[in-house]
Amino acid sequence: MGRALLTENILIPGIRDFDVYRAHGGYVSAEKALKEMTAADVCREVTKSGLRGRGGAGFPTGLKWSFLDRKTERPRYLVCNADESEPGTFKDRYLMEHLPHLLIEGLIISSFALGVRSCYIYVRGEFKYIIGILKRAIDEAYQHNFLGNNILGTGLSLDIFLHPGAGAYICGEETALLESLEGKRGNPRIKPPFPAFKGLYDCPTVVNNVETLAAVVPIIGMGGDAYAAIGVGKSTGTKLISACGNINKPGVYEIDFGLPVEDFIYSEQYCGGIRDGKMLKAVVPGGSSVPVLPAGLMLNTVKGEQRLMTYESMAEGGFETGTMLGSGGFIVFDEDACMVRNTWNFTCFYRHESCGQCSPCREGTAWMEPILKRIELGEGKSKEIDLLVSIAAKIEGNTICPFGDAAAWPVASAIRHFRDEFEFHIDHPEIVKNIEHGSIYKYPVSSIQHPASLR
Amino acid sequence: MRVTIDDITVDVEEGTTILTAARKIGGKIVPPAMCWYSKLKGSGGKCRTCLVKVAQSSAKDPRPMPKLVASCSTPVQDGMVVQNITSPEVLEARKAIVEFLLINHPLDCPVCDQAGECDLQDLSFLHGMVETRSEEPRREFPAIDIGDKIKLNMNRCILCYRCVFTADQITGKRVHGVLYRGDAPEISTYIQNVIDNDFSGNVIDVCPVGALTDRTFRFKSRVWFLNAMDAHRDCTHCGGKVTAWMYGNEIYRITGRKDKYGEVEEFICNECRFEKKNFSDWIIEGPRKISRESVISANHYEKLIKPSIIHPIEGTTEKQE
Ligand SMILES: Cc1cc2nc3c(=O)[nH]c(=O)nc-3n(C[C@H](O)[C@H](O)[C@H](O)COP(=O)(O)O)c2cc1C
Ligand code: SF4
Ligand code: SF4
Ligand code: FES
Repeated sequence: MGRALLTENILIPGIRDFDVYRAHGGYVSAEKALKEMTAADVCREVTKSGLRGRGGAGFPTGLKWSFLDRKTERPRYLVCNADESEPGTFKDRYLMEHLPHLLIEGLIISSFALGVRSCYIYVRGEFKYIIGILKRAIDEAYQHNFLGNNILGTGLSLDIFLHPGAGAYICGEETALLESLEGKRGNPRIKPPFPAFKGLYDCPTVVNNVETLAAVVPIIGMGGDAYAAIGVGKSTGTKLISACGNINKPGVYEIDFGLPVEDFIYSEQYCGGIRDGKMLKAVVPGGSSVPVLPAGLMLNTVKGEQRLMTYESMAEGGFETGTMLGSGGFIVFDEDACMVRNTWNFTCFYRHESCGQCSPCREGTAWMEPILKRIELGEGKSKEIDLLVSIAAKIEGNTICPFGDAAAWPVASAIRHFRDEFEFHIDHPEIVKNIEHGSIYKYPVSSIQHPASLR
Repeated sequence: MRVTIDDITVDVEEGTTILTAARKIGGKIVPPAMCWYSKLKGSGGKCRTCLVKVAQSSAKDPRPMPKLVASCSTPVQDGMVVQNITSPEVLEARKAIVEFLLINHPLDCPVCDQAGECDLQDLSFLHGMVETRSEEPRREFPAIDIGDKIKLNMNRCILCYRCVFTADQITGKRVHGVLYRGDAPEISTYIQNVIDNDFSGNVIDVCPVGALTDRTFRFKSRVWFLNAMDAHRDCTHCGGKVTAWMYGNEIYRITGRKDKYGEVEEFICNECRFEKKNFSDWIIEGPRKISRESVISANHYEKLIKPSIIHPIEGTTEKQE
């Protein structure tokens, strides 16, 4: 088990350099696509591969590409979403840091398939050193005529532009990203129109995640059918999972879809079990935005089947007893972790990162945060648990972009599965105030402050 | 295209939004709109008060839409079936939105010039709760003078962005926008630059609440004590068609002519709005029709009781006929 389609060569010294990357089979897929295939062939292979967006929503990439408005005379754009800022997710960073040429190769093939002449990589602003790495790799690709005019004598041209973000999580939402790229305030747009018709500068645009675009390279290399043969059902191929929290071996792992969650957490090949021999308490398996699940439901679905690392199995049980694979940010909590404190922590993040455009999200996130803080500090009231549930329910589904849902789900799911812990905080303030909160929270409570409360 | 809203069917052109179709039907089934403004491109979608349920997407696709949608920015499809006041889910969501809009609102209507013509007041009256469930301290900002004519009281702002679109699209020279994010955004004139432009006063008219008010009218009178008269003059900057708010022969303030949805018919210039306050400046056409539901049309209490009212300026008491 454990095929490495993306990360096979990641540990080779110097793989960041064009020559080393090339010597290890790099840019072979790009050559194959450009010289031996038509754009329609490439799209067909991607559709056949069953590749689904790795940015979080899991939308089929082939289908997304097919929506692109090809009738207009206006230019088309491909935008790579490298704004990775979801708490718990750090897979794109790993890929770009070590294999910048893999992303560039994916961009070349995808641009060819979509008829794109200019593409943009929107990189999270905090990834300053990665911008340098990408810049160098892009320059190398230009030097070797994999970018620029008349690529490899095929008559095709492509330019890649790097755009650093300015530190907003919301600019990872695709339409906010486009606004930001145009130099405006990063507010998500109201859809429709969708980017496939009116995206960047009102032109047809495809936005894809770093890992999605990188996966196009092995798909062209091995063929869509061979890629689709890996995995289970509609979850095909491999996925990068960034594992963190109270585990022995945090890191980025490439897994085949269909791996049982239990194996992922406990096998030596992956997370290596819970740190210090403790017990598993809960997992947030797809980045902070997806519902948290307690250990029992994480390892087995409510039907008693083993839960697998696939989009479908994660969602088994709906919001009552299931969760989502999301972006693959796998956060593990041991028996000592405090779910109230974690929920508060997440909510601080969402309060801070909301764009503030629509009323339910702007007001709701800022309302939940101080309530959770009070409960965590042993100053909560019992009716406030139901109030939190009610606020979360009123944000969910009523907002412009999915951020509202992402802010509501962690709160709703934590209370659904760990209500006793919230109640304990309220009933036993003295104990709560002196509690040791497990190893992931070493800093004292008072040092966390929301910027808005500092004004 | 044929669309059914709360069991009433109407034919509209392609590209019409649900809200516009509802306004074509009129009456109680029209969803409230706090941020959308027909004359401002790109407005809408933000306040979420206009959420409705689409029970059937179109004749071709009879499935319902999975979430409530903002009626101001969702185009109709042929055969669409929409529920507004007939859907308990919509009313529940609207109640939630009003609650969200109010948790940080200062509730200072007694000292707010907008009282009586405030969309948020009307909305809270229809959909609000009696008690607040929030115990958090409210956001506070200092009030700012935007030049000598406009007052910005950010505490009352609902961040509808209408004034930003106005500054962008009507005045042509934007020195004004939204700063910060999360629950901390502020309408700002960018380090308090004065909005100095012939049409800047229109931001007062588009503001659905009392966040942007007319400094030349500040605290002069309650709007419901005044008579709204349509008036016009020859103006070199704008159409010169305004509403003059009068007490006797005295003009207290000038605004655009607002329709029943609170939208001005035409934007007016600052000269008409701020400089022309003499009776002789204007040709008075007659009383402006104001919806009977509005507080403003209750300005003459004579049919109910005969109260003594305080003259808003002189402080003299007089009997109202
Ligand atoms: C609040 C929010 C933040 C997001 N952040 C990211 C991100 O950092 N990186 C990313 O690839 N997608 C992010 N997404 C998902 C994008 O909107 C979009 O679905 C994705 O880039 C599409 O690419 P894919 O189809 O390849 O997954 C975010 C979505 C939301 C709602
Ligand atoms: S849901 Fe939140 S982040 Fe998304 S548009 Fe609304 S306010 Fe902005
Ligand atoms: S100041 Fe008024 S018009 Fe401007 S965003 Fe706030 S509420 Fe809307
Ligand atoms: S009027 Fe539609 S969202 Fe504000």
